[in-house]
Amino acid sequence: MSNKAKHWEKTRGLLFITLAIWFVFSIGIFFFGTEMEASSFRPFGYPLSYYMTCQGSLLAFVILNFWFAGRQEKIDEEFGFTEREDS
Amino acid sequence: MIKGKFIDNLPKVYGIYTGGFIGFIILMAIAEQMGMSAKAIGISFVVFTIAIYAIIGWLSRTLQMDAYYVAGRQVPTVFNGMATAADWMSGASFVAMAGGIYFKGYGYMALLVGWTGGYILVSTLLAPYLRKFGCYTVPDFVGTRYGGNAARLSAVLVLTVASFTYVTAQINATGTIASVALDIPFKIAVYVGLASILLCSMLGGMRAVTWTQVAQYIVLIIAYLLPVFWISSKMGAGFFPHLMLGDEVARIAELESQFGFVKNSAADLATVPKGLAGITKAHSSVNGTNWGFISLAICMMAGTASLPHVMMRYFTTPSVKSARRSVAWSLLFIFILYSTAPMLATLSKLSLIDPTLSTGIIGKSIAEVQAIDWYQNWNQANLMFVSDFNGNGTLELNEFFMGGKAVVLATPEIAGLPYVISGLVAAGGMAAAMSTADGLVLAIANALSHDLYYKIIDPKAEAAKRLIVARVLLVLIGFAGATIAAMGIQGILGSVIWAFDFAMSGLFFPLVLGVWWKRANGPGAVAGMLLGLASGTWYLIWVRTGGAGFLGITQLTFGIVGASVSLVSMVVVSLLTKAPDAATQNMIDELRIPSGKTILGKQH
Repeated sequence: MSNKAKHWEKTRGLLFITLAIWFVFSIGIFFFGTEMEASSFRPFGYPLSYYMTCQGSLLAFVILNFWFAGRQEKIDEEFGFTEREDS
Repeated sequence: MIKGKFIDNLPKVYGIYTGGFIGFIILMAIAEQMGMSAKAIGISFVVFTIAIYAIIGWLSRTLQMDAYYVAGRQVPTVFNGMATAADWMSGASFVAMAGGIYFKGYGYMALLVGWTGGYILVSTLLAPYLRKFGCYTVPDFVGTRYGGNAARLSAVLVLTVASFTYVTAQINATGTIASVALDIPFKIAVYVGLASILLCSMLGGMRAVTWTQVAQYIVLIIAYLLPVFWISSKMGAGFFPHLMLGDEVARIAELESQFGFVKNSAADLATVPKGLAGITKAHSSVNGTNWGFISLAICMMAGTASLPHVMMRYFTTPSVKSARRSVAWSLLFIFILYSTAPMLATLSKLSLIDPTLSTGIIGKSIAEVQAIDWYQNWNQANLMFVSDFNGNGTLELNEFFMGGKAVVLATPEIAGLPYVISGLVAAGGMAAAMSTADGLVLAIANALSHDLYYKIIDPKAEAAKRLIVARVLLVLIGFAGATIAAMGIQGILGSVIWAFDFAMSGLFFPLVLGVWWKRANGPGAVAGMLLGLASGTWYLIWVRTGGAGFLGITQLTFGIVGASVSLVSMVVVSLLTKAPDAATQNMIDELRIPSGKTILGKQH
C-alpha cells in the first residue's frame, strides 16, 4: 500500500472516531432528554439536560476540535505530509 | 499600506484597538454622569464604531486578485478564528437568540448545539481539504472537482438562494438597530446599514472584511458579556454566571409552577401587538419531543458545514494546518457568546418575574407597571406590552408580553444598568449584523463575479475588469438585499434558519462526497444539488401552504428532506454514469494530503 493510501486510511480512522464522539454529544444524548432531566447528577446545580444544551455539549465540541486538529497533525507528520513552514 | 509588517504586528494593533474601545466606553460612562443624553450616547456608540470599521475598510483597499478574494492567504490562525466567529454570529445570534431561549426554553436550545456541533463537520470533513484545493469560492471547488459549467452553475445557484435568504435578515437587523439607536425610520435605517456594510467590503474585498470582522468580534463580545456579568453580580446571583446560576434556574421553575401557564383566549391575544409573545413554555425542563430537538440540531449542523460564507473564511489561512486549527479557534470564540446567551435569558426572565426582586413586575398592579420609565420606552418601541385580561388590576404572568429582541436590548435597562451599557449593546448588535452581512454579500458577489462572470461568461477578462465587476455586483446585491429587507417580510430568525436548510439541501453532500468519495462525478453532483434544492424548497412551500408534512419535519427542518433527496440522487446518478477520469482521481489524491502545491494556482 502506498504512503498516501496509508495516510488516508489513518485519516479516515480519525474521522470516524471524531464523528462518533460528535454524534454522542450532538444527537445521542438528546434521545434521553427527560432521563437526563430526572438525573440526580446536576452539574453546577443545573438540570443535566439543560446543562448539556447550554454548555456541556458545546464545550465538548470545542475540546474535540482542538484534539482532532492535534491528532491529524500527528498523522500528517508520521507520513511526511506536513507543509513547509514557508508555503 | 498593509503589508507583512502589519501581519506581524496584529496582536499589538488589536490590543491597542481593544484598549481604545474600552477607553471609549469609560469616556461615555463619564459623559453620562455629566449629563449626556441617552440618545446622544446611543448615536456616539454606533457612529464611532462604524467609523472605525470604515477606516479599516479603506486602509485595506486592494487591486490584487488574491487579496480581494482570499485576503492574500496570510491571515493567522487565531485572528481568522475571531473573524470567522464574527462572520458566523449574526444579528440573529446577538439580538434574537437569547430572546428565543427566553420564550421557548429547552427546545430552542437545539440551535446552540447545532450551531456549534456543525464546526466538527467543518473541521473534519471539509475546511482543510478545500483550503488545500486553493479555490477562491465554494463553487470554484465544485466546478473544478466535478468539471463543467453545469456543476459550477448549480453551486452558484444554491449558494445564492441560501446566502441571499440569510443576508436580507442581516440587513434587516442592521436596520432595526440603526433605527433604534439613531432614531430614524426603519426604511431609511436599512440603507444606512447597507452603506456601512459596503464601506467595509467594497474597496478591499476579503482582506478588508477580514480585518473589520476581527474588530467587530472584539466589539460584539465585550458588548455581550459585560452586561451579563454585571447583571449577575448586581442581582447577587454570582460573579461568574455560567457556573453559578443553578439556583436561579431552579427558582424560575418554582415560580413557573406557582404562577402556572394560563392560556389566553384568542380574543385577548388579538389585542397584543404583532411580534410580541408571552412566557408560555417552561424555562429549563424538556418541553418538546426528542426528535424535534435532534432534527433541528441536525439541520443546523449540516447547514453550518454547507454555508459558503463560513467555508470561504478558511481559504484565507496560510496553510492547511492553520485552517484546521483555525476552525477550533473559531468554535472557541463562538462558544464564549453562545454559552452566555442562556445565562442572559435566565437573568432577564428572573429579574422580570420574581416578585421578591425590586425589578420584578409580575404581581405588581398594572398601573404601577405602566408608570415605569423603561416600560414606557420599550412599549413605545413596540417591544413590550401589558394588559389586564382578567380585570383584577394585578399583572399576571400571562398578561406580560415582550418582543424577542427586547431580551438583549432592554435587559440592561430593566436591571438598572447605566445607559452607556445599552449604547454598547446597540454597537455590539450592529457589529454582529454587519460582520455577517459583509461575509454573505461578499460570498454571493464573489461567486457571481468569479464563477459566473469570469469562469463561464468571459474567461479572457483582465484582472482589473474582474475586480470592477466584483465590486459592481457587491453593490447591486447589497441594494437588492436592502430593498427586500425594507419590505420587512420575514422575521430575523426564521429566515436565518431557512438559509441553513437551503444550504444543507443543495450543498452538503456534493461538498462532502467531493472530498470523501472518489466515485462521485459531475452528473451526480448536479443532480444532487438541483434535486436537493428543489425538493427542499417544495417541502417548505408545501408545509407553508397547509401541507401536513411527514416524519415530524417542519418548515424549520426541511433541509432533512432536501439533503436526503440530494444524497440518494447523487449516489444513484453517479453510479449510473461514468467514473471520474484519471486526472480527477489524481486531483482528489492530492487534495487529501496537506503538503505540496494547491490544486488551483495562486492567481486563477
